[in-house]
Amino acid sequence: MSTAVSEILDEPKTPAVGRKRSDFVYYGLRNKKLVFGLGLELLLVLFAIIGPMLAKYGPQTLTGAQLHHPGGTYWLGTDSLGEDVYSQLANGIRESYLVGALGAVSAAVVGMTLGFTAGWRGGILDEVLQMVTNIIVMLPSLVLLVVIGSYLNSRSVLFEGVFIGLTTWPWVARAVRAQTFSLRSREFVEMAKLSGKRPLEIIVRDIAPNMASYLFLVVILLFGSSMLLAASYDFLGLGPSNTVSLGWMMNQATQNAALLYREWWWFVPPGAVLTAMVAALLVANVGLDEVFNPKLRQQ
Amino acid sequence: MSVSVQNLSVAYRSRRGDVTAVDNVSFALADGEIMGLAGESGSGKSTLGNALVYLDQRMKATGGTVTVDGRELPIADTRAMRPLRMTEVSLVPQYAMSALPPTRKIGKLMTDLLKSHRVGDQRAVMTELKRRLELIGLREDVLDKYSFELSGGMRQRVTIIMSTLLNPSLLIADEVTSALDVSTQRAVGEMLLEFRDRGFVKSVITITHDLAILAQIADSIAIMYAGRLAERASTDAIVNSPLHPYTQALIASLPEVGVRHDQVTLTGIPGRPPSLVSPPAGCRFRERCPFAFDKCTQTPPFVEIEPGHTVACWKASDERGAAAGRAGQEQAV
Amino acid sequence: MSTLKVDQVSKLYRATSRAGGLTPALRKVSFDLPPGEVISLIGESGSGKTTIGKVLLRLVQPTSGTVTFDGKDIAGYSQRGLREYYRYVQGVFQDPFSSYNPIYRADRVFDLVRGAYFPKISAGDWSAKIEAALDAVALNPADVLGKYPHQLSGGQQQRLLIARALLLDVKVLIADEIISMLDASTRVDVLNLLVKLKRQGLAILFITHDLSLGNYVSDRTIILRHGAIVEMGATEKIFGNPQHDYTRMLLSAVPELHKKWQRTPVGAVPAAVAASTLTQASLLDELTHAEQVVKRDLRAVFGGSRAVASGKSQVAVALEPPTLREFEPDHQVADPE
Repeated sequence: MSTAVSEILDEPKTPAVGRKRSDFVYYGLRNKKLVFGLGLELLLVLFAIIGPMLAKYGPQTLTGAQLHHPGGTYWLGTDSLGEDVYSQLANGIRESYLVGALGAVSAAVVGMTLGFTAGWRGGILDEVLQMVTNIIVMLPSLVLLVVIGSYLNSRSVLFEGVFIGLTTWPWVARAVRAQTFSLRSREFVEMAKLSGKRPLEIIVRDIAPNMASYLFLVVILLFGSSMLLAASYDFLGLGPSNTVSLGWMMNQATQNAALLYREWWWFVPPGAVLTAMVAALLVANVGLDEVFNPKLRQQ
Repeated sequence: MSVSVQNLSVAYRSRRGDVTAVDNVSFALADGEIMGLAGESGSGKSTLGNALVYLDQRMKATGGTVTVDGRELPIADTRAMRPLRMTEVSLVPQYAMSALPPTRKIGKLMTDLLKSHRVGDQRAVMTELKRRLELIGLREDVLDKYSFELSGGMRQRVTIIMSTLLNPSLLIADEVTSALDVSTQRAVGEMLLEFRDRGFVKSVITITHDLAILAQIADSIAIMYAGRLAERASTDAIVNSPLHPYTQALIASLPEVGVRHDQVTLTGIPGRPPSLVSPPAGCRFRERCPFAFDKCTQTPPFVEIEPGHTVACWKASDERGAAAGRAGQEQAV
Repeated sequence: MSTLKVDQVSKLYRATSRAGGLTPALRKVSFDLPPGEVISLIGESGSGKTTIGKVLLRLVQPTSGTVTFDGKDIAGYSQRGLREYYRYVQGVFQDPFSSYNPIYRADRVFDLVRGAYFPKISAGDWSAKIEAALDAVALNPADVLGKYPHQLSGGQQQRLLIARALLLDVKVLIADEIISMLDASTRVDVLNLLVKLKRQGLAILFITHDLSLGNYVSDRTIILRHGAIVEMGATEKIFGNPQHDYTRMLLSAVPELHKKWQRTPVGAVPAAVAASTLTQASLLDELTHAEQVVKRDLRAVFGGSRAVASGKSQVAVALEPPTLREFEPDHQVADPE
């Protein structure tokens, strides 16, 4: 029945793929989740860019005014050392985004490469890569971080980002592998083979674009989870040793018993902002999924 | 008349407005009649068949009435149709055999069906079910199997049994013989005949593009083109003396066993059916018709040219008129 | 003279069901495909007809047996050799829409070919080639160039794919059920196109389940059942005088416009006659059951993978197709299984 309908309405038969960009824009703008999530995220990104420039003090500058309430010169108050909380927040967001991006990109690169290879070739190579994937999944990344961290003099943002990437790529790889498996037996892939195309060309030009929407969603989720993971590491004191981040702020606040002393301006802002950053991303993701998959829409 | 469809129109909602897929269609079925609804993709035959049983959210009935056994079907009201589905009218949808849930045994699917229709005496129905399975050569242990354990033909026959279990007055079978092997096609075709002969269903509308199968099992055939009925007559008349140019061209394009290309060259119909989003005025077959003339820019009415033979074509009706005129003149003389 | 020779090709699949073991999709199939000839490969589902097409296109590796093109074994081709092979041997499949990558325009299928086979061709020469190919398949360039696949009809999509094959120096076309998803009015046009190409010297393997189509278009016919050939020969001889029970059953089950199935109607007819209608339906079902039994027996010989490891001879025995005997010149029939 649905093919009969699509023939009558002159519509493409496959969802998401093959439809005009104008379709995406049309439905995208009408999807409340996407608009809300994306909007909020953009605001936060904007804040990450402009925020630090508006700060009067550096994030770790000792102002001499300790544990001030928010207001006046110190918009979000100060911490126990007298550092400006607003400045820390603004810079912290930047760091979180940076680590999130690094983590997402490295996970995506490794995951997609291994996923495409395993999915395309199958056979023994696939079995080996699956084994590797399972091993990485089972590794307790926290313990690994502690162990590796202890050998390093200092931990940088780059290190944290890449570490997160190298420990979270498995589920990207699995998703990509599964999709590649199902796509590689499609007839247009066989057509490409019959046209003398090499495997790499086929993967890049035929298979990956058909997964584009899916890959996009995966990367967004990776981004969110990287940020969250980084914040957790920072909170435990395993983050970069020389920078300020949201997790680090919460770590400092806890160590100085801010909760006990009701110094809410110290721990609430980083937590709230982090939640907003990740939640907005996830909400936008759900909305985007609805745009890509017409069946999910309630029209 | 068991089934009567009068001026039925069904449209789809789309971003570009309503698209009329079934345009002012009228026909009637007698008790015990199997009618073949034939047409190509995009003709609207599937829409017509489905509309008689279940209008999904995208469809809406924009006009006309459907009467079964003397009472009008409230096809536009999905809720009101619920109690009538499977008991008065029933549908075997296209791809039904692929849509059987794989996690439940066939027997369980049947009992679930009976429960949802609040059938009183389930045991009696199940006994009847087993009798029917035996009738068509399926063993009772089919009830104990999952859908993926059955072959394509078996699944198709199971879906037909499910749809006819409550003895509906009208069964609509949408492409039930496509995608089947030739031997199972025959088994399924004969099953429909069997069920009609034994009174398990009163009338049947078989929707298909395959005229050869209709020649075997249908009593009458209705040909649809671009949302409208082109011709309706007994199977014999359609196959041996079709009047509508589309039907004629369709019959002429069918290869038969025993016919080779070096003996007879078959020809197809050039062009494509018109888009239903913005259909042309007048006869919709006009652009592909070898006999089109200026009158065809007006929509030809669907009229009875000969007893039991209705056509929507100016050429056919004009010729009939001329022949009648000549016969009248000869008589006068 | 280029010929595609299929010699004792077998294909075993590892069954994914709980029963385990191996399923023979092809059992020592042998035939020749000479130039300028259309051979219909007729079979129902599970006969192996699609598998043989994929083996010939080297999309699937046979378990045993050889396929030779112009005397050379195609299994030995490297990446470059394979590319050359595809210059001469091409395929068109059942679902025309699936053969197109939906995110690109339909004529990308032409560009795919250009990259590997005509890397240095000029734009002018390339358009001329495309126009010639489209002309050969009776497509108007204005109707199809620049469009997305979903904007073309099934018939146009199929003919575009055939045009793509014609851009190369194709000598063999594997047509796998290319008509079954097309409307009746366009089917014949594609069939007539195949006949025209055959007359120009193309060899075509026309894989189908539809006997009337096979009859119309082919010079020779092969009936395939459970991976083995049961009848093979000149089309008129097979259709005019079928010898194998399976072929006869197929021919009797084909619905024809002007001939009704032999059937006794039920109703006012006494029970004894009614029973005979029953047996008709169950006869067909019995045949299907019989085929299931054959399949099961074949699998039972293999058992699990252990059996394969232990007895290559067991495998050899179970793979044995029924022997083909010559019934008359150009008409071979297999012994009943």
